[in-house]
Amino acid sequence: MKATDISGPDYFHKVVDCQYACPAHTPVPEYIRQIAAGRYTDAYMINWKSNVFPGVLGRTCDRPCEPACRRGRVEDEPVAICRLKRVAADNKGDIAALLPKLAPRNGRKIACVGAGPASLTVARDLAPLGYEVHVYDGEAKAGGFIRTQIPRFRLPEEVIDEEVGYITALGPVMRLGERVESLKALLAKDYDAIFVGCGAPRGRDLDVPGRKEGAANIHVGIDWLASVSFGHIEKVGKRVVVLGGGNTAMDCCRTARRLGGQDVKVVVRSGFDEMKASPWEKEDAMHEDIPILNFLVPKEFTHKNGKLTGVVFEKVAPKYDDKGRRSLVPTGEPDQHIACDDVLVAVGQENSFPWIERDAGIEFDKWGMPAVSAKTMQSSNPKVFFGGDAAFGPKNIIWAVAHGHDAAVSIEKFLSGEDVEDRPPPGVSVVSQKMGIHEWSYDNDIANDQRYKVPQQEKAIALKSVSTEVELGFDPLLGFKEAQRCLNCDVQTVFSAPVCIECDACVDICPMDCITFTDNEDEADLRHHLKAPALNLTQDIYIADGLKTGRIMAKDEDVCLHCGLCAERCPTGAWDMQKTLIDITHAGSACRSK
Amino acid sequence: MTYILKPKMHHPELPANARGFTRRDYEGRVSTLCAGCGHDSISAAIVQAAFELDIEPHRLAKMSGIGCSSKTPDYFLGQSHGFNSVHGRMPSVLTGANLANRDLIYLGVSGDGDSASIGLGQFAHSIRRGVNMCYIVENNGVYGLTKGQFSATSDKGSKSKKGVENTESGIDLVALALQLGATYVGRSFSGDKAQLVPLIKGALSHHGPAVLDVVSPCVAFNNHAGSTKSFDYVREHNDAVNRLDVILGRAPITADYAPGTVTEVIQHDGSTLRLRKLEESYDATNRIGAMNYLQERHAAGEIVTGLLFVDPDATDLHDRLGTMERPLNTLGTKDLTPGAAALAKINEGLR
Ligand SMILES: Cc1cc2nc3c(=O)[nH]c(=O)nc-3n(C[C@H](O)[C@H](O)[C@H](O)COP(=O)(O)OP(=O)(O)OC[C@H]3O[C@@H](n4cnc5c(N)ncnc54)[C@H](O)[C@@H]3O)c2cc1C
Ligand SMILES: Cc1ncc(C[n+]2csc(CCOP(=O)(O)OP(=O)(O)O)c2C)c(N)n1
Ligand code: SF4
Ligand code: SF4
Ligand code: SF4
Ligand SMILES: [Mg+2]
Repeated sequence: MKATDISGPDYFHKVVDCQYACPAHTPVPEYIRQIAAGRYTDAYMINWKSNVFPGVLGRTCDRPCEPACRRGRVEDEPVAICRLKRVAADNKGDIAALLPKLAPRNGRKIACVGAGPASLTVARDLAPLGYEVHVYDGEAKAGGFIRTQIPRFRLPEEVIDEEVGYITALGPVMRLGERVESLKALLAKDYDAIFVGCGAPRGRDLDVPGRKEGAANIHVGIDWLASVSFGHIEKVGKRVVVLGGGNTAMDCCRTARRLGGQDVKVVVRSGFDEMKASPWEKEDAMHEDIPILNFLVPKEFTHKNGKLTGVVFEKVAPKYDDKGRRSLVPTGEPDQHIACDDVLVAVGQENSFPWIERDAGIEFDKWGMPAVSAKTMQSSNPKVFFGGDAAFGPKNIIWAVAHGHDAAVSIEKFLSGEDVEDRPPPGVSVVSQKMGIHEWSYDNDIANDQRYKVPQQEKAIALKSVSTEVELGFDPLLGFKEAQRCLNCDVQTVFSAPVCIECDACVDICPMDCITFTDNEDEADLRHHLKAPALNLTQDIYIADGLKTGRIMAKDEDVCLHCGLCAERCPTGAWDMQKTLIDITHAGSACRSK
Repeated sequence: MTYILKPKMHHPELPANARGFTRRDYEGRVSTLCAGCGHDSISAAIVQAAFELDIEPHRLAKMSGIGCSSKTPDYFLGQSHGFNSVHGRMPSVLTGANLANRDLIYLGVSGDGDSASIGLGQFAHSIRRGVNMCYIVENNGVYGLTKGQFSATSDKGSKSKKGVENTESGIDLVALALQLGATYVGRSFSGDKAQLVPLIKGALSHHGPAVLDVVSPCVAFNNHAGSTKSFDYVREHNDAVNRLDVILGRAPITADYAPGTVTEVIQHDGSTLRLRKLEESYDATNRIGAMNYLQERHAAGEIVTGLLFVDPDATDLHDRLGTMERPLNTLGTKDLTPGAAALAKINEGLR
C-alpha cells in the first residue's frame, strides 16, 4: 500500500465519521465537547453556523450521522448526536450578539422562492454579506414544511419561530403571502440570481376503486397534516387506517391518535424492515399503541351509502429472482378487509413546478425534474439555482440546509464572475492536544455508559393534545453523560515514522488492536494480516513508511477509540493526538479565489 | 504510565480461546514503567502466550524479585497467583512454592540485576536442582529501577548513557543456564514478538527448568549508541538460529518445508515444538554443540537467538526427589498424622 497523504483535509475528515456523514458537515465532536463542558452557547453556535436550525434539527433531524458514528461499532449504539444538539439549544444563553454583523448592502438582489429551510439557509448566508435577499412564500409564515408538516408534538412552534427569527433578523425581505406564479415574470425583475426552494409539495394519491365514493373520508397525508397544523382539522374518526410506510405515515398515525383516533393502524405493502420510516419513528408509533401491518396491498376502498367503510387488502409475500431483486406476489389467501372511519394516504410525495414555464431556460427531464448540478446547485439557466426538496426530490431538512450553503457559495461566486465549479476547500486547523506527559486538552478517558434514552412525556398526557411535546429532552446531567460517550474522533492519531524506534509500546497498549508494524503488501492482503482483521472496507488503513526496519506502520481507523494511549506510551513522541477542526467554507470572501 | 485505565472495550473480532477467554482477559493493571520500555513488550508476549495456551489463570503462579522487570507481573495475568519477593530471591521462593504445590504452572520473572548480580547464586541453584518453571530474565544490561548502573550482563566495552565504558566481563545467562543443566534454553528480543511468543509458550509447557534470556532495551538508560542492548544494536546483530511453533497436541505438518529443515520435539504434556532451522548447522538438541556455537558467535559480536537447547526427556526436582504426587495443601490430618502403627513401621525400616 502507498503511504497515506495526511497533508490535506480529506484523509482526517473521513475519520470523523459523523461529520463526514452529515450533509452540512457539522463539526460534531467539537460541539459535543462544548456540551460536556457546559458551554451550551458555544455548542449552539457551532451548530448554528453549520446547520442553521439546531433547535429544530435537535428534535427532527434524520441523523445520517448516527448510523455512521464510530461508537456504534465499538458497542451497541451510536452517540445520541441529534438529541445532544437539542441540549445545546435548550440551555444556551442569549445569542443575539453572536449573530453575524451585517455588511452594507452591495447592490445585488437575490430572489428565493419558498421560505423553507433551503431558502432560509441561502438568506442566512447571503443577507449578512450585503445581498438584498427577497424570500417569497405563499404561506403567511416562514419555515416551509418544518412549520406546516412536522407535527407540533415533535416540534413546538416556538422553536421554529425562534430559529426562523434569527434569520429574518439578518435583514432579508420576507415577502410572505406572495406566491410566485411565473418564473419568467420573476426573471424579468431586477434579480441578479434566483434560488428555487419550493419543496416537493404534492402528496401522491391512491387511485383504486372506491376512491371517489369514499372521498370525504380519504385524505392525502401531507395535505391533512398541513390542515391540522393550520388548525383547520381538529378531529378524526375513531378507526383510522394509514396507508404508507414512510415518516409522513408515522406523523399521520400519531397525529390521528391525538385527534380522537382510538384504533389507528398503519398498513404497508412491503415488509416491516423495509419501511422507509426511521426506526425510532416506528418505535414511537408502536409505543402509542399503533400496530404496523405489513405485506398488504390496498385493493379497494369499501363504502356504503356514500360513506367510507374500510379498505380491502390483498395479501402478498416477497419473492426474490436469481438477481436478488424482490417482487411482491399474491399469496392466494383470501383478501383482508379492515373497517375504518377515515383513511390517510401517505404513499409518497412528488415535485411539481406549475409556476415554471417550460421555456424559461430550465431543462426538465422526463420525470419532470429540473437538470441541476449536485455540486453547484446551478440549473441550465445560469442565473437560477435549486436546492432542498425542489432539486432532487424529497429528502430532509439537513439536506435542504446543505444545498442552501452550496447554492449560496455558487451565487456568491457567480456574481463575482468566478467559476462556480471551482469549489472552495474547507478550512482546517490542526492543533496538538498534548499538555503534559499524560495530559491532553481533551478528555481521553473512555466512558463505558450505554446510550441514554431521552425522557418522554407520559403517554396518557402526550396523547391528549397535538401540541404537547412528547420528548422532554436530556437535562444537563443526562446530556453530560451522553456527551461523554463521544470518542472525539476529530482528535487524530498522527504518526511520524522518522522518530519511531519500533519498540511496540503503542501496539501493546492499544485496547482495540488498531496498530500493526508489518511488511508492506497489497491492501486486500494487508487487511487480513493486521493484528486484528480490518474487515470494514469503508474505513481506511493509515499507512506510514520510512521506518528503520523497512516495515510499515498500518493503523486501522475502524474502531480506534481516540484514547491517546498510543501517544502516551510512545517514548519518542512518534504518535501525537492532534485535533483537526474541519470547517466547511460558506459564502463570503473565503469562498472566492480573488 | 498513564493516568487513565486501559478501556475495557476491545476489537469486535477479538477471538476467544478454548477456555472462553480473550487475550484481554490475561492482561493485568496498566504498566507504570517508562513509555517504550522493552519489559512492557515482554508482558504483552506473556499475555499472548498464556492466551494461546488456553491457560486457566488460577492455574498459574507468577513470581518475581525486585527491579523494573520484577514489577511487571502486576501488568499481566491479573487473575493469577503472584508473589513479589525480595531482590534476587525469586528462585528460592519459586522453588518452595513448587515443592508445596506441583500442580501450578510457575512463571519466574526477573531482571539481569536480579538474576545475574545479587541473585546469581539463586539463579544457579534453582536451575541445577531442576525446578519445573519458566524463568524469564528481562535483560537490559542495567539496573533500570535504580537509574541505570551497569549490571553484570553488560558487555565489556559497552558504553553507559554518559559515555563511560564498562570494563568488567559480562555474564551470559544463556551459557550459564546451559552449563547448569537447564533443559529448555532460549534467547529472544522484546522487539520480536513473532519469535518471543512461541518461545514463552514452549517454556511454559516444558517439564523442567526452562530459561529465557530476553534482551529488553531500557529506553531510559540503555538505548543509546554504544550500548549493546539497544533496539538498533540488537536488530543489527541478531543471529536467529531457528523459528519455533508450539502446537497444542499433535498436528500433521501441512506446510511444505525443505527436507531436513524441520525438527519436531514432543514434550511431556503432549505439545509439539516444531523447529524450523534458519541456521543450517544448528542442532537444538545438542547441549555441547549449542555451547560451542554460542561462544563462537559471541566472539564474532553476534547475539544468538531462538530455541537454543531443548531436552525432550527432561525430569524435574519432584521426579528426582520422588516427592508425593499431591500438592501439600490437599493433605488432611489423616495424611499428615498417620498414627502409631505407621510410625512403628518407619522405625522398623530404620533398624
Ligand atoms: C410529514 C412530514 C414530516 C417530515 N418530517 C421531517 C423530519 O422530522 N425531519 C426532516 O429532516 N425532514 C422531515 N420532513 C422533510 C422536510 O420537511 C423537507 O425535506 C424540508 O422541509 C425541505 O425543505 P425545502 O426548503 O426544500 O422546502 P419546504 O420545506 O418544502 O418549503 C417549501 C416552501 O416553498 C413554498 N412554495 C412552494 N411553491 C411556491 C411558489 N411558487 N411561490 C412561493 N412559495 C412557494 C411552500 O409554501 C413552502 O413553504 C418531513 C416531511 C413531511 C412531509
Ligand atoms: C537487597 C537489595 N539490594 C539492592 C536493592 C536496590 N535495587 C533495586 S532494583 C535493583 C536492580 C534491578 O536491576 P534489574 O534486575 O536488572 O531490573 P531492571 O530494573 O533493570 O529491570 C537494585 C540494585 C534492593 N532493592 N534490594
Ligand atoms: S464517537 Fe463522537 S466523534 Fe466519533 S463518530 Fe460518534 S459522535 Fe462522532
Ligand atoms: S488512540 Fe491509539 S491506543 Fe487509543 S484506540 Fe486509537 S490507536 Fe489505539
Ligand atoms: S528505567 Fe528502563 S527498565 Fe525501568 S521502566 Fe524505564 S525503560 Fe524500563
Ligand atoms: Mg536490568
